[in-house]
This record gives sequence, C-alpha cells and structure tokens, in this order.
Amino acid sequence: MGLKLTALTKSLWIFHLSTGSCNNCDIEILDCLTPRYDVERFGIVLVGSIRHADVLLVTGTGTRMAAKVLKKLYEQAPKPCLVVSVGGCSCGQVIFRGGYNTPKPIDQIIPVDAYIPGCPPKPEAIIAGIIKLIEKVKAKK
Amino acid sequence: MSHKVSIPIGPYHPLQEEPEFYQLIVEGEQVVDIDVRIGWNHRGIEKLAEAKSFDQVIFLVERICGICSTSHPLASVQAIEDIDGIKVPERALYIRTIVAELERLHSHLLWVGLAGHFLGYNTVFMWGWKYREPILDIFEAITGNRNHYGMMKVGGVRRDIDEADIPWIIKQLDTLLPAIEMFRGAVLDDPVLHARLKGVGVLTRQDAIDYSALGPTARASGLAIDVRRDEPYAAYDRVKWNVVTQESGDVFAKTMVRILEMAESVEIVKQCLERLPKGEIDAKVKDISPGEGIGRHEAPRGEVFHYVRSDGSNSPSRYKVRAPTYMNFPTFKTTVIGETIADATIILAAIDPCYCCTERMTVVDNKTKKMVFTPYDLIKLSQEKTHRLLHRFGINDHPHTMTGTA
Amino acid sequence: MTRDDILKKIQIKFGGRIRKIFDRSPKRIYCDIDKNDIPEVVRFVFMDLGARFSIASGVDTPDGIEILYHFSFDRLGLVFSLRTILDGRNPEIESITPLMKGAEWIEREIHELLGVEFKNHPNMKPLLLPDDWPKDKFPLRRDFVQDIDKE
Repeated sequence: MGLKLTALTKSLWIFHLSTGSCNNCDIEILDCLTPRYDVERFGIVLVGSIRHADVLLVTGTGTRMAAKVLKKLYEQAPKPCLVVSVGGCSCGQVIFRGGYNTPKPIDQIIPVDAYIPGCPPKPEAIIAGIIKLIEKVKAKK
Repeated sequence: MSHKVSIPIGPYHPLQEEPEFYQLIVEGEQVVDIDVRIGWNHRGIEKLAEAKSFDQVIFLVERICGICSTSHPLASVQAIEDIDGIKVPERALYIRTIVAELERLHSHLLWVGLAGHFLGYNTVFMWGWKYREPILDIFEAITGNRNHYGMMKVGGVRRDIDEADIPWIIKQLDTLLPAIEMFRGAVLDDPVLHARLKGVGVLTRQDAIDYSALGPTARASGLAIDVRRDEPYAAYDRVKWNVVTQESGDVFAKTMVRILEMAESVEIVKQCLERLPKGEIDAKVKDISPGEGIGRHEAPRGEVFHYVRSDGSNSPSRYKVRAPTYMNFPTFKTTVIGETIADATIILAAIDPCYCCTERMTVVDNKTKKMVFTPYDLIKLSQEKTHRLLHRFGINDHPHTMTGTA
Repeated sequence: MTRDDILKKIQIKFGGRIRKIFDRSPKRIYCDIDKNDIPEVVRFVFMDLGARFSIASGVDTPDGIEILYHFSFDRLGLVFSLRTILDGRNPEIESITPLMKGAEWIEREIHELLGVEFKNHPNMKPLLLPDDWPKDKFPLRRDFVQDIDKE
C-alpha cells in the first residue's frame, strides 16, 4: 500500500462522474482546467477511463439510475481509488433529500474519502479539498 | 437487457455502459434513427416542491440547472406573483434583468467553448471559458456566489446592487466586447467552420413550429419568438434591444444567433445599470392566495415555463416546471437523421442542451445492434473531421486547434 | 388577431361545448372543456389560430386528474390554457401527439408520473423513471407513498 499511495501524492489522475446533478459542480470542476486555475500544472489530469484513475470525483444526488452506474464503476476502479464528493448534493443530497428518485446519499453507496461542500464549491475550494486529501494520504504513510 | 462491457468514455462527462442517454442507430456512416432514454438527472423536483414553502421552492428550482441558474427562479417568482398580480418595485425589476442577462452572457460563452471543443478548436474552449470569468466575478460581487445566486424573491430581489460597484461592473463588461467581436469574426471568416457548420443539422421553419422549438434553436430557423419581447417582464420593455434571428436553421445559424445575442445582452445590462432607479427592492409579500399562476422567462436556451397552484397555505399544491431543452431535444430527431456520425455531436450541441446531455450519446449499428461508438469516440470523430478539412484547405497550423489534446 | 378575436372565434366554433372561460388577466385565459373535445379544440388552437404549444401539466385533485394544455400566442404575449378533468380512478384521454410532435415526451411524462392513459400515443415508453420502477406507483399522485425501498 505504501508505494502506491506515495505515487498518488505526486500527480493525480481523476475520473469524474455526475450522478444526477444540476451540473454546476461539474462546470466548476472543468473550470479548474481553464487558464485562471489551470490544475494541469500540478499534474492533475482528467482521464477517460476508471481503470486509469487514482481519484473518483463524484457530483450529484445519486438518482436511482446513476447510483447503479456509480456502484459498478467503483467496483471496476483499481484500488486504492480515492473517492471525493464534490458539492452539497453528493455530500448529503441537501434539498433533494427525501425525493422519490434519490433514495441514498453517495456515501451510503460507496466509501468517500473527502468531502468538498459548496453549491457549487469554487475552483479554489475544489483545489483546497484535493490538497487536504493529498495531505491526509501523506499522513497515513 | 444485455450487459455491455464498459468502454472508456469522457473525459469531461463520462458515462458508462448501458444507461445510454440516447442511441444513434446507424448504417455505415449515416444516422438512420435515434432512440432516447433520459432519467439520470430526474430528481423528482416537482414532488419535492409540494413539501417546501414558497420561499424554499425558489432555491429548489434554482438547482434544476447550473447554467440556467437564475432562469428558473425568475420564472418561479413570476408564476407565484401571477397568482395575486403582485407588483414588483422598479429597482427590483431592473436588477432582475441585469442578473438574467449576465447569465445569458455566461451561458452562451460556455456554449461557444463547448462547441469549440467538439469541433476540435480547443483554444476556443479555453478562450470561451476564460472570458466567462469576468462575468462570474461580477456575479460574485453582486450576489455573493459565482453560480446559484439566490437573487430572486417573491415580490422583488434579495440583494441590492451597490452604486459604488457600477463603474467597475461596466468596465468588466467592456472587456467582453472585443472578445465577442473576435468570436463573431472567427466564425464568419473561417472556411473550415463554414464547411463544418453550414447546411448541417438543418431545422426547417415548419419543423420548428411542429415541434414547438424554442430559444436560439427556433430563432435560427426564422421564428422570431422571444418571451422578453412577446410578454415583457422585468425591465425588458424599458430598454432598447433587438431580437436576433437567422434564416437557414443550420448549426451555423444557431452559432451566429448566440454570438449576436451576447452583444445584445451587454447592451441591455449597461442600459439597466445606467438607468437603475432608486427605491425599494422588495414588495414584502406576506401571503399567497389560493389560485394558479404561470411565469415565463426567456432563458439562454429558450422559454422556461412554470405553473404553480396554491391552496392558500404556505406551500404550492402543485408545481410544474418545463425547461426549454425539453421541447428542443426532440428536434434532434429531425436534424440528425440522414447526417453522418461525425456531425452528430455538433448537431446536438447546437440545441445547447443542458450540458450533461451531449456526453451521453452512443452509436448502434442497425444490422448487428451492437454499440460501435461511445460519446468519447463521437467527439473524436468530430474533431478528426475538422482536421481533415484543415488539411483540405491547406491550413496546417491553425491557431485555434491544439493537436494532440482531447 | 387580437385577444378578443381569439375568444370570439373559439366561442363561434365551439359554443356550448365550452364549459367555462376564465378570463383571468390580460395575459392569462383558462378555458374548461370536456375531455372528448380536446383533440378538436387543440387542433383549432394550434393549426387554425396558430398558437405555440408550450407544455401540458397534470394535477391530481380531489375531483379527478386535471390536465392543462398551455398554448402561447406569442404576438400577444398571451397564455391560453385548456383545462379538462379526467376520472381519478381510470384517467384516460386521446393523445394529441399525432397533431403536435412536441407533445410526445410531455404525454409520456404525465403517463409515468400520474398514470394517465393516452390513447393512440405513438411511442409510449418509459422516459424518466428507472426500468425497475413499480408500474402501479405514480409519484405525483396525492396517494403516492414513498415505500419503494422498503419492499
């Protein structure tokens, strides 16, 4: 476990999934790639397949159909795979709690390592959250 | 139902496996039919609204869509105000207009960026989104948040604009005008864009009427419908602006409508800021009588329609929301059948569906019924087509494309 | 064509078949008609009067299931809503999708969430709810009990 997690703290490959959101968090995540925030200079890259990912970034409320997808995806992710909940919806469903199509929040479907609340969290908050995650991983060594 | 193995999808909105949003059924390169299945984003908002108070409903509907964030609250407060015919103070009407038009600006810029990405013009993506930042800064200054502003309230707005901020806001807006002009020139002058967008994905005027298309999708087909002019609300009848239409109904026309609308939006915001009347921003509404109300707003994608029924209590007894994409989406059936797969992504993007939708398209072969392309593949096909055209036009080093970047 | 012209034409064409016209405000008119007259009136409003179909909303009320068909006369900024009521125990009505392509999804949604049968709908397939959602539970009905996950 030690070697893989050390490697994780250098350059993070992130896979992003929305499980039924308004997309604002998804746009703010994408915003991190744009010139003002430019996370690629930290080696953070969005990848196209869960099999290449170190981090699973989840947004959204966990609708029934999307929750199934999320579960399958997490099972396919090579471990260790860190899970980050971005936005109020994936942290606890906020105003969507109790809806008929949103039975469970994300952390009751898959284990979550870091929560980045906000509606939506600013790119600065997302970056700060990722840094906290990296520090948490470093502290485990 | 067969269980297909997952294939890499993404990188921006990855979606796995069978829950395909929609399938394009193809024979060779040509699309012959489409099948649609939605539901991943269905959060049961209309039902949730019945358990919330009128004040809370406005926050709930704001979160229907992140890009059209203030469109739903604006239609919502107008629907509730329609029940009792509540009069909103003048200053609040102007502030509503300012927020709504700033949203149109950021939404269209976002769209320009995405369209650029789908076409393989990745620097356009970066520029489009870079020029969004000054607008998001203005939002943060006025409302406290870059998105989901929480500005609308039954009877007015929740926050005032500080007079001292106005010169700075106008300065930020002025930085946008050269950018809009640049996008306009880039689209009009680029032969590759002409080849990719002209005559592609044509929505005829009659089809636009039959499908009840809305917003830029309809206006690009010559239908001059715009709720801001047809049933004026907020301060739209107190400022000068133009409804933008085009005739050809193809993706090129839809692009031009959005770019020209951005210029109109800057004008509207500036006029509103210059004429912002002094006074109250809140009619201080206490109760809502039993009855029903309808509120409409011209969101960046078209008419947003809210219907609310009240039984005199603090909660709506029924809340109906209709986003514009709901009417525009089905037009995809008529615009993409007969076209090639490489053009499918940009034809869909031209309706400007809520962002997540564009990334959920897969392609199924009509004979074998097997999935042959994923959304990621479709975007790549589109980008490759642009590269071939660049080559054909003898343009090897186009400034707007970045080879090797997805 | 003015607002009064519209009202007059509808009165002339359908006369006694109109149950009630609620002329609510300058931009809002509600017109109650029998469910069997809906296809004809919709055809008249959409094709002859040239209105744009905006949306249809279903409401579960103690008197039955109400469906409102909202039309927009864009030049006048007027929303003209046709209201009809269906039997709450067995709500069914003729589909208007053959007349207006834009109605297809709308009727699919009302069917899924309220349980209304749209006769002769060309493509009644699930739209919003998952495939394994119980077919006899309609979320927007008043008597909907959220006990799906307990089963």
